[in-house]
Amino acid sequence: MCGIVGIYLKNEALNPGLGKLLAAMLIEMSDRGPDSAGIALYRDPVAESHCKLTLHSAEKVDWGLLQTEMAAQLNVDIEVTTRGSHCIVIAEIDIASVEAWLKARHPELRIMSAGSAIEIYKEKGLPREFVEQFKLHELNGSHALGHTRMATESAVTTEHSHPFSTGMDLCLVHNGSLSNHNWLRRKLRDEGVDIQTDNDSEVAAGYLMWRLREGDSLEAALERALKDLDGFYTFAIGTKNGFAVLRDPIACKPAVMAETDDWVAMASEFRAIAQLPGAEHAAIWEPSPATVYTWGH
Amino acid sequence: MAAFDLNTDSVRDLNQFLHDTSTGMSTVTNPGGRHCIACGVDAPLEVSVEGHVGYYCAGMNKNAAITITGNAGPGVAENIMSGTVRVRGNASQYAGATGHGGTLIIEGDASARCGISMKGVDIVVAGNVGHMSAFLAQKGRLVVCGDAGDFLGDSIYEAQIYVRGKVGELGADCIEKEMTAEHVKELAELLSSTGVEATAGEFRRYGSARKLYNFNIDHADDY
Repeated sequence: MCGIVGIYLKNEALNPGLGKLLAAMLIEMSDRGPDSAGIALYRDPVAESHCKLTLHSAEKVDWGLLQTEMAAQLNVDIEVTTRGSHCIVIAEIDIASVEAWLKARHPELRIMSAGSAIEIYKEKGLPREFVEQFKLHELNGSHALGHTRMATESAVTTEHSHPFSTGMDLCLVHNGSLSNHNWLRRKLRDEGVDIQTDNDSEVAAGYLMWRLREGDSLEAALERALKDLDGFYTFAIGTKNGFAVLRDPIACKPAVMAETDDWVAMASEFRAIAQLPGAEHAAIWEPSPATVYTWGH
Repeated sequence: MAAFDLNTDSVRDLNQFLHDTSTGMSTVTNPGGRHCIACGVDAPLEVSVEGHVGYYCAGMNKNAAITITGNAGPGVAENIMSGTVRVRGNASQYAGATGHGGTLIIEGDASARCGISMKGVDIVVAGNVGHMSAFLAQKGRLVVCGDAGDFLGDSIYEAQIYVRGKVGELGADCIEKEMTAEHVKELAELLSSTGVEATAGEFRRYGSARKLYNFNIDHADDY
């Protein structure tokens, strides 16, 4: 069992309080996932000439030192902001160059997300502890996804937590379990997709990364996932401008969606949506099995 | 009349009160999608829940009349024994699962697996039902005024299914059966008792072909 939440703000006046809304939804899903919690938040997009990365390390890192080293060696201005065990890096350079430099010089650092607006934070522990550690209440943004994890398929570590990055400004959270992930992981590695853990959900993320790289639209990639992914799933996929939802054809894993004039939200259970302003008057429905839903993307 | 506000009162206190009470009316406000609201009630009480509920609302109900003015999460009226549960909105998956008796009325739509393994409950859905509804249904009646999703009545025993709208693919061993005058009369009575407005003569009836009841030796090589 896991908990998923997603929120997309239609009313920009609510953007400063996005983190607060997300925190309330996430904490409400603690019973469904007390092992780990994570979020992907889209905010403050950088200029086209810049890139934004979220970095994480299991060991303590002097991020200031990293900033100095990067600036000197890449010969660009680097802005770093730490948040909990994670660090946001913004630089006027293409993402591929930064990623290549980090892989060569600092293989101990994990790139949680890359793009222009996305920031991913995830950590072991109760959602409430996560919310406090990463000061979610401070965060603004246009839309976000969240996940609370109850591990069934693999270890409880930060790396095994959700969301998983699936490409530039893209990420995935999953409630369920995939049964053909070992075979699919081998196939994706043959295709050159970098999959770092034995987690089944990371394989779903890798699958989307592969299909998008091959030129599929997000909708086409998700339609194809219905054929290639075997198992139980409710997925929420964060995109630069919105989010998408997909449930498997059996649809055992719950999902509910709601919309008001101010926001669109999805969650594993209504009680997470009940935390949002105006939820009592929202239009509420259950997403149909094997149907791709998208917002704002 | 007792009033519970779940923003301040706990679900446990509410349920304990309902279990300790033998008669009367209770209202529940701000359910906020919480689980197991008004579960295990065993007396002829009236309970009105004003808002959306989470998992297993009105589960195991005996004798009580419980109304939910909102949507219900998974497993509403699961294993209902008797009494009435009415959902004024939509119900999520496996509504009325394993219900032994009583009546479950859903005024909106019900999603997947409505009435799974039902054992005598009457379920009346004013809207549509999702896939695998009445899976393994043993006894009772599932009435769908709208459409039914795929695999309706898969592996059904002796339950009756009535559908007014379209039916997707029928489940294994589920077939359409003749709608006799007797069935029309019985259905009209059930509809009228639930207050759901529909003309009984417009429904089609489905039930078991009884081909899965016994092992067929000719199929031994299929497994």
